[in-house]
Amino acid sequence: MSKNLIVRFAGEGGQGVVGGSEIMAAAAAEVGYHVLTFATYPSQIKGGPAWGQARISTEPVLSSGDYLDVLVALNRYAYDHNIDELREGGIVIFNSEDFELEAGARTIGIPADQLARDSGNPRAANMIVIGAVAHLAGMPLRYLEGFVTQRFTRGRPGDDKIVEGNIKALHLGAEEAAKTGLSLGSPLDEPSEIVGERILIKGFEAACLGAMAAGLESFIGYPISPATTMLTYMEANFHGPNTFVGQASSEIESITAIIGSGFAGKKTMTSTAGPGFSLMGEGLGLAWMAEIPLVVADIQRGGPATGLPTKTEQSDLLVALNPGHGDLRLPVIAPGNVEEAFLAGAAAVNWSERYQGPVILLSEASIAERSQDILKPDVSAVIPETRVVSDGALGNERYAGGSVSPFPVPGGPGAYVANGSEHDEQGDTTHLPEVHIQMTERRFAKLQLLEDGTYEAEQTDRPVVLMPWGGSKGPAREAFERLIAEGDEIGWYYTMYLHPLPPAMLEDLRSKELVIVPELNYLGQFAGHLRSLGVNAHPIRQYTGLPFKVVDLMSAVRERMQTASGKLARV
Amino acid sequence: MSKRNPDYDFKWCPGCGDFGVKRAIEGALVTRSATKSEPIEKTVIVAGIGCSGNLVHLQEGPQPFGIHGIHGRTLPISWGIKSARPDLNVIIVSGDGDFLSIGAEHIGPQAKRNVDLTAIVMDNGVYGLTKGQASPTTEFEVVTPTTPLGKLDDKVNPLETYLAAGVSFIASSISTQVKQLQELIVEAMDYPGFSIVHVQSPCTTYNDTYALLKGNEKEGIEPLAKPIADDHDPADYVAASALARSRTIPIGLLYRKENSIPAHARLDAARARSKMHQQSVEDLLAAMKI
Repeated sequence: MSKNLIVRFAGEGGQGVVGGSEIMAAAAAEVGYHVLTFATYPSQIKGGPAWGQARISTEPVLSSGDYLDVLVALNRYAYDHNIDELREGGIVIFNSEDFELEAGARTIGIPADQLARDSGNPRAANMIVIGAVAHLAGMPLRYLEGFVTQRFTRGRPGDDKIVEGNIKALHLGAEEAAKTGLSLGSPLDEPSEIVGERILIKGFEAACLGAMAAGLESFIGYPISPATTMLTYMEANFHGPNTFVGQASSEIESITAIIGSGFAGKKTMTSTAGPGFSLMGEGLGLAWMAEIPLVVADIQRGGPATGLPTKTEQSDLLVALNPGHGDLRLPVIAPGNVEEAFLAGAAAVNWSERYQGPVILLSEASIAERSQDILKPDVSAVIPETRVVSDGALGNERYAGGSVSPFPVPGGPGAYVANGSEHDEQGDTTHLPEVHIQMTERRFAKLQLLEDGTYEAEQTDRPVVLMPWGGSKGPAREAFERLIAEGDEIGWYYTMYLHPLPPAMLEDLRSKELVIVPELNYLGQFAGHLRSLGVNAHPIRQYTGLPFKVVDLMSAVRERMQTASGKLARV
Repeated sequence: MSKRNPDYDFKWCPGCGDFGVKRAIEGALVTRSATKSEPIEKTVIVAGIGCSGNLVHLQEGPQPFGIHGIHGRTLPISWGIKSARPDLNVIIVSGDGDFLSIGAEHIGPQAKRNVDLTAIVMDNGVYGLTKGQASPTTEFEVVTPTTPLGKLDDKVNPLETYLAAGVSFIASSISTQVKQLQELIVEAMDYPGFSIVHVQSPCTTYNDTYALLKGNEKEGIEPLAKPIADDHDPADYVAASALARSRTIPIGLLYRKENSIPAHARLDAARARSKMHQQSVEDLLAAMKI
């Protein structure tokens, strides 16, 4: 029996390869498997190489998986470019209407379009393939039948026929695979009973819902891959008499508009990706300077410039910390998985209200777009925080004191000028050195209010520790668990609160001989940041536009550990 | 601010047109606050960067709220305020550089949204605060520090620009006529939609156009600023366009679109029509249940 099934649907954009993996995952989640999906595709609507991958497991899934049990290749290019990732004993299903493969022991040619027509639903080619995969993995078809019935019963005339056609397609696919006599050897274990209330959710949805749980009132954004989904999710779902969702004409409009909304007393947010985030730099400086609460979600893609719009990378950390000119360093929260995306959405809003300033919710394509089954978040555990509003006691001294002070809301007492120029306590512009010193220190002192971030620490007595950030947490965690199981001596530290870091954690890290930081960028951005804080951190870097594979991380970590006792090469 | 900071280090030059604009805004706010029985704190002045933007700090009398942001972004900041709080009055104080150069990209979107705000644009035809460079409204061929060969770009016609962008209410005024300016500002604030009051506000240091605007009867120089005739119908877009393109600068109410529906009213109406409804986070999560 097997705990895992990793299946990749590869073809070209528009062929439904992402949809195939999502349906497979959703159907598996429905009967109690744990699932995680990952997709990669070019920045175009139709055509170009694309693939979607589903990992289905009897245990919680940490990464999208290293090697494929089944590769579904819809064209020759997809076969040629993905076959290397098939595990030994894996099986290829290929579209025999599109190309032929040399007769091999472990390949199954399926005329998917012809069979779809035979099923009575010409659009069910995906279901043919899914039926075949299910047969190979030993997954009972009744699981999928139940899912198909639920998914296509939408209260419309003709539902019955669509459901019937799709179920027939599943069976035709399964029969086609059965004819070959092939199987994956050990069939997938039965799923365990579903414990607690579980949901299937995408990362971007979780981030939006977390922010809403913390009392978000306004959301303004501009379309950009891979962050558009946040804007469209909010447009479709964030309704109410006291809410506003709008599409700006540029990211400069997005950031300055939410500055207006934050100034007007509302909890507000935008979403963007690298290029848009760069455009927001000056606005973020204004929000820091004028002390306006707001949240910017930066869903990282490959950069710089237009870069790799639909791929994943962790290369915006430095710009997230310092998006604008001058003396500033913004709070950054980077969730490591979908559960954390919900918590991070809530924490980002709460932090922005608490310290009265901009907070960056830093995520990445591979988390935002992934579907994952998680325990339904406990909404009641989110305690919305709201800025302390001025009652007029301080007159117009909006910026009084050495840390956060009551916030005057327009319409109420305490009229002042929210000023992006250096200013005194009442918001009047001044260039006096002593005031610039005082106000600069005030702005940085407010960050101390955010030093309550939680963190994970295991095997803390080890001199060498692994400390991933963001979406590299999953593969790093899987690598860590395997390393420990195989007797490697390594510790584990992790937090999604990248700035300010939990102080106790930072103290621990400073005492370590070596902190290994896996991250998806060339510069080793987080490792460099940690070194600037007095931690001997060295990165494991990857810049392919794809997430880490667990096996690659394990060997890189071991390599680092071997050199840890000697002198480390300069990075 | 109400409690003037003696160290506040911004000052306008003697004779600056912006003094007149400041008096007109102060008068308009007091008048409007009294007639509407509305506290002045319900007004927000959104300032751009430049000599004009500093007006927000120089307001005397009862104090409105203010935001002095970054160069060119008064319009989207104001959209953000109004979308969050339609009950607030938003007044923009900006200049020809801030509004028509770096900020020009925001005029069209706000006009199409018809955000209910009033922009007061002080036009002195020059970048004053950075000491005299050419602005969009500097005349063709004029020599400035950034146009030593004479300005090679055509002059922007602000009124024509606003009309073409679809701005709902457009008035043109001059800083020396404080009473008329004050009345136009009140009318613009009362108008439900995007209103602009474009003000000739000369710079006595780098571009003193007082004499040109006023003309000189004795020397036979016709005034550049010319009152709009009483028989002009502000609802007539074609007539307004003709005036905007005339050789002189028309002074008065140029254009006033009838049946203007501002952004927030459009949203309310669309929501009333829509089947989409408010859902709690719990509801939305429940819909994802496995």
